Amino acid sequence: MYAYDEIDRTLVNERVSEFRDQVKRRLSGELTEDEFKILRLQNGVYLQLHAYMFRVAIPYGTLATNQLRALAHVARKYDRGYGHFTTRQNIQFNWIKLAELPDALEDLAKVGIHAMQTSGNNMRNVTSDQWAGVAPGEIEDPRIWSELIRQHTTLHPEFSFLPRKFKIAITASDHDRAAIKIHDIGLKLIKNEKGETGFEVLVGGGLGRTPFIAKTIKQFVHGRDILSYIEAILRVYNQYGRRDNIYKARIKILVHELGIEKFSREVEEEWQHIRNSSLQIDDEVIEDIRSRFTYPAYEKLPHMPDELRQAAADPDFEAWRKNSVAPHKAQGYSIVTISLKPIGKPPGDATAEQMDALADLADRYSFGEIRVGHEQNLALPHVAKRDLPALWKALDKLGLATPNVNLITDIIACPGLDYCSLANARSIPIAQELTRRFANHELANLIGRLHINISGCINACGHHHVGHIGILGVEKNGEEVYQITIGGRADEGAVLGTLIGPGVKFDEVADVIEDIVEAYLALRERPEELFMDTVKRLGVEPFKERVYATR
Amino acid sequence: MTSPLEQKKIKIAGPSVVTANRTWDGIVVYRTAAKGWSAELSEAAIVRNSDEAKALLAESVADDVGAVGPYIAPVQVGADGKIEPGNLREQIRRTGVTIGQQAQA
Ligand code: HEM
Ligand code: SF4
Repeated sequence: MYAYDEIDRTLVNERVSEFRDQVKRRLSGELTEDEFKILRLQNGVYLQLHAYMFRVAIPYGTLATNQLRALAHVARKYDRGYGHFTTRQNIQFNWIKLAELPDALEDLAKVGIHAMQTSGNNMRNVTSDQWAGVAPGEIEDPRIWSELIRQHTTLHPEFSFLPRKFKIAITASDHDRAAIKIHDIGLKLIKNEKGETGFEVLVGGGLGRTPFIAKTIKQFVHGRDILSYIEAILRVYNQYGRRDNIYKARIKILVHELGIEKFSREVEEEWQHIRNSSLQIDDEVIEDIRSRFTYPAYEKLPHMPDELRQAAADPDFEAWRKNSVAPHKAQGYSIVTISLKPIGKPPGDATAEQMDALADLADRYSFGEIRVGHEQNLALPHVAKRDLPALWKALDKLGLATPNVNLITDIIACPGLDYCSLANARSIPIAQELTRRFANHELANLIGRLHINISGCINACGHHHVGHIGILGVEKNGEEVYQITIGGRADEGAVLGTLIGPGVKFDEVADVIEDIVEAYLALRERPEELFMDTVKRLGVEPFKERVYATR
Repeated sequence: MTSPLEQKKIKIAGPSVVTANRTWDGIVVYRTAAKGWSAELSEAAIVRNSDEAKALLAESVADDVGAVGPYIAPVQVGADGKIEPGNLREQIRRTGVTIGQQAQA
């Protein structure tokens, strides 16, 4: 867990009273919507189809149980009893009243939660691996560096009025769970030959209308130089970035237009001016942040406790364990992923009751800590293996033990036309139908790892470009039409998917996905060959043929 | 549904209303003939040509304290005078999400 210091607490509280005053002036008519819009966006408040939407930051995806309870309280008191976890370690409330927002913010501020860096053209919430600090083989906890960057960029004038929003993600593991290659800046913690900690720096990733996979701009930047290096990137961006055209304003476009070589030369030059400035990080600063992350006092526990051995006889438990439980750096402990993808329900939603109950379970079984991942699932990061059977039973009662993590029904979907004012088409009902089609867990297990991502418009909030199967809703003559891509991926081997052919109608989407999956099952050489591998081996043609032969 | 928030030219193809979200709580509202806002589509002022639409929109935009982001949306008016939303987006704004679960408290 991380303990905020006095500066942060004061900042968050001041922000609430400032916003309370702004809301008051808006409601009295003293501020016009034009004047107010930028202020509300700085506090995570959007306008959607039915209401305001309130986006709250969960920095690097770490939540304490009192914070999760506060989110449950906001869902219950100010919203309709649920919240939606997003792909950027945020939670969104869909039905908030503007007049009550200052109260909601105040209630959250009491537990150190805020909405800064969740919207607007500024530095957004720095995201990280949801297994940070507990994944085996990690270089070091990437949240230390996420927090450093968060502190440095929050309300920093240079990062508050950028040409466009700016997103950074950090990972410290070989397997990238933070999707760093689709961020404006992706940072991978590594060690150089001397054993010093630093970063491989990637730049220019992003999805939306013009998707790009990030490119490496520098193989190694020493940890103490990371702020000056990021600042150099931002300065080059601030200088050249297109403010005249919102569609060309993201750094990915600049990197693409200048080319990575020229871009990196510009950054290098800028960096030489500032690298030995006050931006150089003292070891003490890092040590101070490091000391604020506390880790549980793990017990010495057996690798295979009796409780686990006995529970293994239960096929339902085993089905859940196999895809929800991952190895932990401490022997006798596990990381447990909690699926927010029950069959037939909207991906990523959790009710206030579930949040409260999960907080209780985290207190009991996970040293009071919960994590939020970009797949729109939650995790308990420190569960003793002996507690797994009891935890599973408790989760199952709450509807939180669907054994589908990383399977075809573990779908990432944006709110789409059911909520979002920018949408062209619905996303959630497509996801719901697909989970029903593949509800049989034996079938889902037979298919194996397969990520479906759905966005309701080209902004790509559901990361459709990098889904193994991506579904993008567009509009054609007033009707919802869906374009389907296959072969994308978001991890360390990130690639953009390939369109398989003309769009299909709302009612046909699930049939088409079934066809693609059947084709895959028939084409794969052996059961271990994942969907991704089959697509890589054969290309999109056989899938295309299968889908369009009869349509 | 191309987002109507991008509306620039005002040209309407059939009966239309002005809709927005009420400022204090964000709910969907429609501009009424009485120069106010109502949560009921049945109370919306109907415009049938571009000049009327322009006038209604201008008046709505001017009422910035009342509602946020007004724009013109198509409707269908039945023989009995009953007003229905003219597209899926407006249907969803009127009747709520189509995902069949969360309580519409
Ligand atoms: C409903 C309100 C929302 C609005 C108005 C909204 C708006 C946008 C817009 C305009 C973009 C494109 C930005 C650009 O390329 O410059 C975008 C990107 C993105 N949004 Fe949303 N979004 C919403 C909800 C969500 C949700 C619920 C999620 C997560 C499930 C999400 C995650 C993302 C992500 C990950 C991107 C990244 C694409 C990129 O940066 O290249 N958004 N959003
Ligand atoms: S992808 Fe489009 S429809 Fe989906 S949430 Fe983002 S802006 Fe809205």
